[in-house]
Amino acid sequence: MSAVASEHEHTDDHHDHGPAKGWMRWIVTTNHKDIGSMYLIFALIMFFVGGTMALIIRAELFEPGMQFVEPQFFNSMTTMHALVMVFGAVMPAFVGFANWMIPMMIGAPDMALPRMNNMSFWMLVAGILMLASTLFMEGGAPASGWTLYPPLVLQTGDALPFAVFSVHLLGISSIMGAINIIATILNMRAPKMSLMQMPLFVWTWLITGFLLIAIMPVFAGAVTMLLTDRFFETSFFDAAGGGDPVLYQHIFWFFGHPEVYVMILPTFGIASTIIPVFARKPLFGYSSMVYATASIAFLSFIVWAHHMFTVGMPISGELFFMYATMIIAVPTGVKIFNWTATMWKGAMTFEAPMLFSIAFVVLFTLGGFTGLMMSIAPVDFQYHDTYFIVAHFHYTLVPASVFILMAGGYFWIPKWTGKMYDERLARLHFWLSAISVNILFFPQHFLGLAGMPRRIPDYATQFSDWNMVSSIGAFIFGFSQLMFVYIVIKTIKGKDCADATDEVWEDAAKHGLEWTLPSPVPYHTFATPPEKIPTEHF
Amino acid sequence: MKKTKLQLVYLTLMMLGLKSVEASDYTLNLMKGVTKTSNDIYDLHMLTLWVCVFIGVAVFGTMFYSIYHHRKSKGHKAEQFHENTTVEIIWTIIPTIILIAMAIPATKLMIEMDDVSESEMSIKVTGWQWKWEYEYLDNGVHFFSSLDEKSNQARKLGSDIDPRTVDHYLLNVDKPLVIPTNTKIRFLFTAADVLHSWWVPDLGWKTDTIPGFINEAWTLVEKAGTYRGQCAELCGKDHGFMPIVVIAMDKPDYELWVKEQKALAQAQLAAADREWTHEELMTKGKSIYTSSCASCHMDDGSGMTGTFPAIAGSSMVTGDIGNEINIVMNGQGMMPAFGSMLSAADFAAVITYTRNSFGNAVGDLVQPSKIKSLQAELVSANDDDDDDD
Repeated sequence: MSAVASEHEHTDDHHDHGPAKGWMRWIVTTNHKDIGSMYLIFALIMFFVGGTMALIIRAELFEPGMQFVEPQFFNSMTTMHALVMVFGAVMPAFVGFANWMIPMMIGAPDMALPRMNNMSFWMLVAGILMLASTLFMEGGAPASGWTLYPPLVLQTGDALPFAVFSVHLLGISSIMGAINIIATILNMRAPKMSLMQMPLFVWTWLITGFLLIAIMPVFAGAVTMLLTDRFFETSFFDAAGGGDPVLYQHIFWFFGHPEVYVMILPTFGIASTIIPVFARKPLFGYSSMVYATASIAFLSFIVWAHHMFTVGMPISGELFFMYATMIIAVPTGVKIFNWTATMWKGAMTFEAPMLFSIAFVVLFTLGGFTGLMMSIAPVDFQYHDTYFIVAHFHYTLVPASVFILMAGGYFWIPKWTGKMYDERLARLHFWLSAISVNILFFPQHFLGLAGMPRRIPDYATQFSDWNMVSSIGAFIFGFSQLMFVYIVIKTIKGKDCADATDEVWEDAAKHGLEWTLPSPVPYHTFATPPEKIPTEHF
Repeated sequence: MKKTKLQLVYLTLMMLGLKSVEASDYTLNLMKGVTKTSNDIYDLHMLTLWVCVFIGVAVFGTMFYSIYHHRKSKGHKAEQFHENTTVEIIWTIIPTIILIAMAIPATKLMIEMDDVSESEMSIKVTGWQWKWEYEYLDNGVHFFSSLDEKSNQARKLGSDIDPRTVDHYLLNVDKPLVIPTNTKIRFLFTAADVLHSWWVPDLGWKTDTIPGFINEAWTLVEKAGTYRGQCAELCGKDHGFMPIVVIAMDKPDYELWVKEQKALAQAQLAAADREWTHEELMTKGKSIYTSSCASCHMDDGSGMTGTFPAIAGSSMVTGDIGNEINIVMNGQGMMPAFGSMLSAADFAAVITYTRNSFGNAVGDLVQPSKIKSLQAELVSANDDDDDDD
């Protein structure tokens, strides 16, 4: 770096090293901002890859009858759509925000383990590329659903070992990312910032980090057992050899349920960061928000079998997992009440980040309600594996996680680029997304209740109308997201965009350290820890 | 009261132009079904739904009031309160109480659904890729049930058949499950290959079928009628094409049906003993091929590269007939064992057909009587296995 530094102009107030020149900068970078940007751009690309798969699904389901694809390819699409969205889009996007924002929020110069940071990003790319390569293999990409249930998954063609190894790579990448984030938060906070003074986004990521470390090895173990069952004559999941196919489901969901919280806890964190800024009020119930997050994380480990109410568990199991699942509604409710109380008697304005955040609170709550309904085990015997559950988890992922990712993008991009995004277009993007996402997913509740199973490429004619409505919503939603790309590129280019102030949003510096930095934010920040910690939430 | 509210919702949706009433074959809400269990489930569903609606109205009402009134553009000044332990405790305890109130009926119903005791008859259901096998344990009736031919033709990519013209498209089978009304029936579920899930919404539940394990469930249908459902657990490429049709008949009709089935089975056994001509076998073979083989090996015997081998020009099919019979009988890899699935005549017919179609022209045939004796060996071999355990 010294060669680069000597080329660079030194100023008195900053001891700035610029980024390395040329494309090698992106390969070898250890800068948390560069790596954060790479994660975010990669996630955005994957969002469109996964989205294209979703549109193939919705195109096929536009009308009854098979119009475009063979059933096997349809199953590959549902499987790959989920894997790409979960492991390629939503999780990396939150890691991207973590990379960018956590050091700036806690007054640290960078992540604690910058070289590992670089490695975890490139392993993610390798893992996803390996996963995507299965689309071109003999026998096609995995088509057994993202849950990869045996025995069906063992019928996968050449793709199986590649899918398993890609899960290993993605798992290692996630674990390294999580270790890095935890190490950063615990060791690199500004000396004056206590744990209970950390912004909620940092708190939620700290907890998420522990979740990831706990669950990714479990998933890696489960898929490794699939591998040995297929190639080395073991029978972990084959009753003929003394195994049990349901064992896989228990292991998978022990990973899978906390995994869905990995995607929602940082969502909570960003929402809790944005809402107070635009309500011009401190976050209501900061400490109860922290405790609620921790409770949800704990509960996520003891509710896994609510994904399996119909596999034939003993009655005691059914009841335990029903009660445990119902309890999650309590801390989740606390969070929603707290956000509402934060807005109460504030002085709200409705810029794009706030619009997306409010939509998140409302629509996530809808997803929460259907979650509560499905926690009632006997009723789940009807809901299970229908479009009702498809509607449920898409409400908790799309207008929740994805909306908050958009909100976070609009919220921080002025800080990153020093330019304001086009507010008028961003609001149009919001309204198109918010309306179409409901056209897309709300009818799926009706379909599920009326008896349409999930993961079917074709359906009985009484499901035609709502499927058509849903598909129309899907295409509007999908194409609306191109606006986001346009707005982001326009902001980065910066032509015709207003300059952002250092604070960006009115009085934002009261809410977080990142707003005390100049806009655009310099390549290196907080070389010396900040003296003053914003104490707005006390 | 509940009904009027629902009608109000329908009406609102209709006014929004979201719902065309003419085509209202479908429903917006969970169906009530035809058993006590399914009705209890429906009631519980409505209870939780109204609890959610109530909480939703309260929370969103507060939020939208705030959004409308507490905005900067209206000159509202932000207050700076941010903590209140009392309200935190209140909004922890009240939801907990509501949850307990919901858990009580849920627990009762769950225990009721779990209790298969005092059932009057048992039906064993086995899931196959992609059909259902039904075995009446009390009277020996036994058959397979798969997607009916009209749906099967219409559902093919590029079939040019409008699904709307097909009766009960994708929800019709060649041979429905028949059950007596007012009888507590115990179902035993298992699977032959991968996971499936047997679901008839009108009965109120679904149960997974798991290879190597047996699950139980029960039902008691009071009203005679036809109830439709389908497989609910992803089971491979034709997961969407293995429907379930249950016909509930009053007891006398049911007894009659059982008699017919027994006579049918007798006739099938007899058919295996007589000499069949080549033409007879070819005609029958074509229909068996379409229903049992074509979903993987394709209508024209071309298979699917990498997954399902072609029949046309296959050295296996055109080679030694014993080898082909062996593979069809015992299965291999993804190919299921058809030995117990097809009757001797059907089996002999499809073997003969594959050897003399799609450009294959071996010219030979196999008699059902030969297959019958092979199947008998298979059964006794399986029994020996059981003894060894």
